[in-house]
Amino acid sequence: MAAEGGKIDPMHQFLIEPVLGQRWIVGGYDVSFTNSALWMVITLVVLWLFMLGGMKRELVPGRWQAAVEGFTGFVQNMLTSNVGPEGKRFVPYVFSLFMFILFANILGLMPVGIVPGWHPFTVTSHLTVTGVLAIISFSIVLIVGFGRHGFHFFSLFVPHGTPALMVPLIFVVELMSFLVRPFSLGLRLFVAMTAGHILLKVLAAFVINGINLGPGYAVLITVPSFVLMLGITLLELLVAAIQAYVFALLTSVYLNDAVNLH
Amino acid sequence: MDANAAKLLGAGLAAIGMGIAALGVGNVFAAFLEGALRNPGAADGQQGRLFIGFAGAELLGLLAFVTMIILVFVA
Repeated sequence: MAAEGGKIDPMHQFLIEPVLGQRWIVGGYDVSFTNSALWMVITLVVLWLFMLGGMKRELVPGRWQAAVEGFTGFVQNMLTSNVGPEGKRFVPYVFSLFMFILFANILGLMPVGIVPGWHPFTVTSHLTVTGVLAIISFSIVLIVGFGRHGFHFFSLFVPHGTPALMVPLIFVVELMSFLVRPFSLGLRLFVAMTAGHILLKVLAAFVINGINLGPGYAVLITVPSFVLMLGITLLELLVAAIQAYVFALLTSVYLNDAVNLH
Repeated sequence: MDANAAKLLGAGLAAIGMGIAALGVGNVFAAFLEGALRNPGAADGQQGRLFIGFAGAELLGLLAFVTMIILVFVA
C-alpha cells in the first residue's frame, strides 16, 4: 500500500505482478496472467455487459438502451463532423477505442481496494498499453492514407500555397510533426493517468500518516488532505472521460488527414 | 554538487513547467469562453477544436511531469 512504516511509495500501485501466484515462462518469455491482463479482462467483461444490456433494438428505448445509444451517437457525430460522410466506416474502430479507454480509466478509479486482497489497477497507466493503442491508430491512418491516395499521400506534408523556396523546409517540419503523433497520443493518456493516481496515493498517505501522528496532527493534516482528495477524485473522473475523448478525437482528426488530405 | 542533489533540483525545476502549462490550459478555455459568449451560436461547432488546443497545451505540461518522474525514479 501507499504508506508502509510512514514511508510514501506512490509507485507501488503500478507494479505488474502475476495474480495466480506463479510465473509461466514459455520459450524464455514471461507470459504470466498479470494484474494488468486481469483488469483488461474485467474492462472487456464490463463493456460487454454494458453493450449487451443496451442492444435490444426496441423502438422506444429504455434507460439502458438510451445510454448505449448516447455513446454510439456521440462517437458517430464526432466522426461525421471531423471526417465527413466517409467517417462512418471508422465508427466501429473509434467506438471500441473510446469505450475501452473510458471503461479502463474509470474502473481503475473504482474503490475496489475495500475488498481485502484486491487492488484496483489502471490498465491505461502503462506506456506499453497506450503505446500499442496509439500505434494501431497510426497504422490505420497510414494504411488508409496510402491505400486511398498512393504516393499522393505525401502531399499532406506540403500545405497549399507554400512558396517553392520553402517547400524543403516545410516538408521536413510537417513530416516531423506527423511522425511524432503516435508518441504524443500514447504519452498523453499514459502520463495523465499516472500523474493522477500518484497524486491520489500521496494524499492518501498524508491522511494515514496524519492519523498515526495523533489527534492534533489528524485535524491539521488529515482533514484538509481528505477534503482535497475528494475534490481530486472528482477531477480524476473528469480527466478519465476527457482523456478518452481526446484520444478518440485526435484519432478521428488524423483519420480526416488520411481520408481527405488537406 | 552532489549528483543526487542535482537530480532532485532538476526535478523541482521541471515542476515549474507544469505550472506554466496550467497557464496555457487556462488560456485555451478563457479564450474559448470569450469567443463563445460573443457568438454562442458558433460555440458548439468549435468544441472539437477547443479540445485539440487543450490537448496540445496539456501535453507540454505532462512532458514536464515525465521529465520530473524520470529524474526522480529512473535516472
